Amino acid sequence: MKRWALYIPFVVFVLLGLLLWRGLYLDPKYVPSPLVDKPFPAFSLPTLVSGESKTEASLKGGPVHLVNVWGTWCISCKVEHPFLVELAQQGVAIMGVNYKDENDAARKWLKDLGDPYVFSVDDEEGTLSMDLGVTGAPETFVVDSQGVIRHRHQGPITRANWDGIKQIMDQLAQETAQ
Amino acid sequence: MKNLICFLFLLSVLAPAQAIVNGHEYPFEDQERAEVFRVLANELRCPKCQNQNLADSNAMIADDLRRELYQQVQAGKQSEEIVDFMVDRYGEFVLYRPRVNAMTYFLWYGPAAFCVIAAIAFGLVMRQRRKQSAQQDKNQAQTGDQATYVNPSASSHNDETPSASADFSAEEQARLDALLNGDTSSQPTDKGK
Repeated sequence: MKRWALYIPFVVFVLLGLLLWRGLYLDPKYVPSPLVDKPFPAFSLPTLVSGESKTEASLKGGPVHLVNVWGTWCISCKVEHPFLVELAQQGVAIMGVNYKDENDAARKWLKDLGDPYVFSVDDEEGTLSMDLGVTGAPETFVVDSQGVIRHRHQGPITRANWDGIKQIMDQLAQETAQ
Repeated sequence: MKNLICFLFLLSVLAPAQAIVNGHEYPFEDQERAEVFRVLANELRCPKCQNQNLADSNAMIADDLRRELYQQVQAGKQSEEIVDFMVDRYGEFVLYRPRVNAMTYFLWYGPAAFCVIAAIAFGLVMRQRRKQSAQQDKNQAQTGDQATYVNPSASSHNDETPSASADFSAEEQARLDALLNGDTSSQPTDKGK
């Protein structure tokens, strides 16, 4: 047998080791969204507060939006909420999707805790959320001025992870300005 | 007996088709649709859970997706359409039977390729061994009178059996006789090493 052939098992072992070693540092909960770079799904839903009907067209032509899926039944949303209010005060445009919620409870939530949303649509049946591939609240999408989803964030937005999202939004805003 | 078979046949035809998944009954108009539902609920993975299918999971999203699946199956949609619907929204993550594409070639064909490579390697090694032993046989045949050579471990085993004496050369036999007679001093020790 050729001498170099003796190294094959060793090389295979090292490659396998590298693969598994990398696997140790991957987040098994991270699932890439197939909706990134796809147009925001079509919808026609009433808003929570005024009840007027909104469609996906309201995301087009304006600034870069955050679309935040929330519900009063969701504990992480309560953690996230004050930070969203803060972002809204800084001028970030946020559209809310009230996911499978009681309307009265949701309105009370907005009244008591502050309303960071330009508007929130009432997705009582969860149809829009299903089209968005939402698996749980809170979940947030970055939508550019063409109405195309550019990023998906699962879990609450916090001070710790906001920088990454802000960077994406700033970049998109620059693209639009050009 | 014939009556029993008739009865069972009627029962299977007349019984309302249904799929029982996650403790819920999902009625269908025919067995075929119920089967489609059962298969898909078992083959689609709950997108929120790490390792449960839709049939197994109690997560809210799994419940919603089961309902959606039920509605779509009842509406007469094909399995492929329903799977596409799920993949468009939740990604290939939801497929317990991944599609064959560039990303999954290794997954699908890796094990077979591995077996083929192993078989080839095994074949090569065996061929080499056979060649080597054939060469050895040839060498031994060429040395003529030593064709009756037995390896040292075998000969030491044969020490106690007189019948094995045929395997020794005349010189070895003389040495063995000396040893058996206890006349060790007559032999130079360096030969015993």
